[in-house]
Formats: sequence, structure tokens, C-alpha cells
Amino acid sequence: MEINEKNIKLWSSIGPRATLGLGILDLAQKDENILVVTCDVSTSAGLDRFRKTLPDQYIELGIAEQNMIGVATGLASESYDVITTTFAPFQTMRCCEQIKVNLGYMEEKLTMVGLASGLVLGNLGFTHCCIEDLGVLRSIPNIKIISPADSLETIKAVEASIKEKKSCYIRLTGGSNNPIIYNQNYNFEIGKSVTLKKGTEITIFGSGTILSECIKAAELLDKSGLSTSVINMHTIKPIDEFAIQNACKKSRLLISVEEHNIIGGLGSAISDNLSKIKNSPVLLKFGINDEYTKSGSYDYLKTYYGLNHQKILETTLKFIKKNND
Amino acid sequence: MSNIEKIENFAKNLRITILDMALEAGASSSHFGGALSMVEIISTLFAYKMKHKKIISDEFNKRDRFILSKGHACLAYYAALHEIGLIPRDLLKTFEKNNSSLAGHPVKNKEIGIEFSNGSLGMGLSIGIGLAISAKKKQSNFKTYVILGDGECNEGSVWEAAMSAPKFKLNNLNVVIDRNNFQQTGSNNEIMDLGNLKNKWKNFGWEAEELDGHDIKKLVNYFDKNKNNSQPKVLIANTVKGKGFSFSENNNTWHHSVMTKNIYEKAIKEINRPNGN
Repeated sequence: MEINEKNIKLWSSIGPRATLGLGILDLAQKDENILVVTCDVSTSAGLDRFRKTLPDQYIELGIAEQNMIGVATGLASESYDVITTTFAPFQTMRCCEQIKVNLGYMEEKLTMVGLASGLVLGNLGFTHCCIEDLGVLRSIPNIKIISPADSLETIKAVEASIKEKKSCYIRLTGGSNNPIIYNQNYNFEIGKSVTLKKGTEITIFGSGTILSECIKAAELLDKSGLSTSVINMHTIKPIDEFAIQNACKKSRLLISVEEHNIIGGLGSAISDNLSKIKNSPVLLKFGINDEYTKSGSYDYLKTYYGLNHQKILETTLKFIKKNND
Repeated sequence: MSNIEKIENFAKNLRITILDMALEAGASSSHFGGALSMVEIISTLFAYKMKHKKIISDEFNKRDRFILSKGHACLAYYAALHEIGLIPRDLLKTFEKNNSSLAGHPVKNKEIGIEFSNGSLGMGLSIGIGLAISAKKKQSNFKTYVILGDGECNEGSVWEAAMSAPKFKLNNLNVVIDRNNFQQTGSNNEIMDLGNLKNKWKNFGWEAEELDGHDIKKLVNYFDKNKNNSQPKVLIANTVKGKGFSFSENNNTWHHSVMTKNIYEKAIKEINRPNGN
């Protein structure tokens, strides 16, 4: 798949799920060792074309996620490169113990893709939103966790995960018309964050689609006289410790923004490291404040949880004022 | 020595090794009853039916695959791996000791023939289905054998797996259910009645048979039968929990219990004097 301006725009408009389908089809056409194992989600995962084009590399197991991880494990142990995918809550929690035993404990290697994680399916309610996947999987050894910023990074994450020796979980956020974070090719490496914007006083760490709100918030903070950098922490585990140390040296305030429960996700992963750093700055965490709420649109829920750029700006300024008083 | 005698001998050795290890485990207890109920099943597979290959050989990929899904019965598994020369006697003595490769449930360790970690129930069959699909895809002739417990069939994931195997026409997949009628805290009937297991699996699309799981001749005939249809196979092997010793047969306190020197000596005498002679 050629990375050019036209494709980047196309992938953004169709969103990360449809892009995932295109990306996996492209990889699997070149490599028959790649298998896709799913639970009745070919349409949702953008895999309808894959299903028709490469039926021998497509294994449909019906709505049975525990069996999906088990069957995929058996295939992986016979040296196949296996990608499993379904909606994020079912990909991570319904089969959590299979993930623990087969991938964590036994160290068999899968690439798992959680569809529509975070709040994008808010209209369907919190059975389908997923604000717990990072916390659940971070506690299991031997699994790498990636939350791509946009459609291009989704493709890069899938490619990198297939080459990776350990199992990976790729957490897709956002829907169609997904904001473009990268408008040209760049170097993606699991575990190595990317600085999207440089600033001197505040560092915002974000991951997933919410990074577009982080960039807008940073620009507004700049205008308020607070020079702000934005770092794409696309890998939640292993977290980029060097980037955290670096931010501690440069900034007087750290911010984390994520479409996840405030407990267990990116902010927690950063906190775990800050506790090891002497005189580290304060970390202001934006996320879902350990609660469920009524259903609503993606934009509605982002606003409700204070995750849009305007809210990030206001809360940050309020926090700074309060701490300066 | 006939095949039957060979398997009988293998089974006898397994029971002795199981006793040795249970004694070695001492106060940390071991899952005794469920290991003894599957001795004839695993002996028929390991001493007769399955192709074993050394990990270093070019033929390794042709080996038959084995999964002990009821991982707590690892005493019988470790004993069988010892019998075919993969687990040395010294290692057996480390069973359930600190830093041992032989925990109270199998931990993946290909060097000693353990291909998958098990212990959390209801997970092994799905993995076996993955192996069997892989064999079909690669046109490889190896067979996959999975031993399930009857109590294990309480787990919903067993039935997710059961539902899926016929879809892929996995006639290279053999499941044996060790139907000893007990689970941790009581009989199957008390805890969760499994009803007619054979019919349940049949209705899920499997070729299901039922026989005495301690009758080696019947087990050999079953595994040798020429099966040409496309269905996966399940055998409901009717067994006795704690089989082989007067104190443990159908006595569920031996699901997980402490082997003392006294009981050990009594048991060894019973092995050397079968049928109470």
C-alpha cells in the first residue's frame, strides 16, 4: 500500500477499521502465512473483501471469542502469523483469561485488533464502548499494547505487530472521517513515542484519535502563553520511559489525555514511571473518571468527559491558576 | 510382548510413578484421583497410538499433537512423558517443588514434550482445533489428541469449541472425555448434571462413542478403527476416579490429597497384587 497524500486522505475518510481491512488484505496477499481469525465481524472490521478474496486465509468462528483466542493460539503454535479481531470489549475482556494463559503465560504470539475502542460507539451504550481494555491487558506480562493515532498509524502498527516476536494488542479508536495526524510517511517503532509538536512549558501525552484534540488544545495553550509540546505515546506497553524522563526535565506540567478509564490506561502507565523520578512535575490526567454514563454520540461523550480541546484548555488553565494561587 | 501387554505394562508403571510423585509432593498435595482415571487412556495413546518425534529431528513436525486440557491430571501426563524418555527421573522428583519445571499444572516446555500450558479448564480443545486446522491447511497427516475432564465440560468455552470443530471437518481431531463422574467438590450429578454427554456431542456434529475407559483392548480397537467420515471424533471414556487403589476408587477426597508413607506402602502392595490376589 503506497503511502501518499491521496491514500492518507482516503484512509482518513474511511476510518481506521476500513483501513485495517485494506492493510491486512495487502499484507496477506503478499504472505500466505498470514491468517485472520474473527468472530462474525467481517463488515465491521473492513474485512469483507478479504473474506471473498482470500477465503483460505480467513477463519470465521462465529460469536465465540474464547474459542477464537484458543484456535488462533493453536494456529500460531504451528508457525502461522495470526491476526484476531472483533470489537474491543469482546477482543479483550470476554476472552481475557485465554489471553493471559495462551499469550501471556505460554507466550504464543498473536496480533489482536480491538475494533472501535474508547467512546466512538457511544450511541450503542457502554457494552460496546471500551474504557477498560488497556487496564486489563497492561496487567498481563508479555503483551505489547499499541493505540494508533490515525489510519496511517493503524497500518504501520499492524505491519510492526506481525513482525514483532511478542503478542500485540492494537486498540483502534475513532470512526470514519478520522482526523489525520500524519500527512506524510514517518518512522514507526513499537515502544518509541513520536513528538508531534514542540513546546517548552507543558507536555501533553496522548494516544489514539484523541491526539487531534491534544494538538488543538496545545495550540490554544501556546496562544495563552504556555508553550506546549504534544507526544504521541502510541505504545502504552512497553511505555517510552525515555520520553517521560525527557518531558520531566523540560516541562513544569505534564498532561495525559486518553479515551479510557483514568485508572489503568496511559495516564496510569506514565504515573508508574513518574513515581521513580525525583522531583517530577505534576501529571494532570484527562480520561473517563471511573464511571459509566448514559449513551450518546462520540462528540457528546467526549465533551461530557472533558476530552475535547476546549475542555482540555479550560481545565488546564484552571488547574494552573489554582496551583499558582 | 503383545501390544496389549505393552500398554498394560506402561499403565502399571504410570501408576507407580504417580504414587512416587504424589509421595514426593507430600504436604503440598496432588491431584491424584483424576490422574488415575485416565491412566489407561493416556497409556494407549502414548505407548501405542501416538507418533512421538524427538524435538531435534527433521521429523518433529510429523509428530502427533497432545493436549491435556484437564491439566490438573498432570501426574499421569508427567509419568507418561517419563515412560517415553522425555522427563528424566530426577526431574520427576522436583514435582511441585520450588523453581521446578513440573508444577501442579503443565507448563509449556517443548524440551520435555509439554507443548501447551494448561490448568485453567476449558481451554485445551480450542487450541487442538487450531492444530487440526493447521494440519489440514498444510496437508500434514499428524493427528491431534485432546483429553478433557467431565467436570471440565461445565465450562462454556468447551461448547464454543465443540460447536466449531465440525464446521472445519476435522476428522484429524480426537477428543477423549475422562468420564469419571466426579469433580472437585462432588459428583457431576450433584454439582452440574451433564446428562447424556454422548448425545450432546453427537448433536453438535461429532462422531461420538462411549466405552469402558479402563479396557485397553476396547481402547485399542477404538483408536485403530478405520474412520473415513469427515467428522471430528469424541470418545466418552467411562472411568473410575482414583482407579487402581482400594482407598481412592470413587473416593472424591482423593481429588486432591496428601499421600503419606503408610498409604503409599499399602498402594504399592496393591499394584503388585492386582485383583486382590
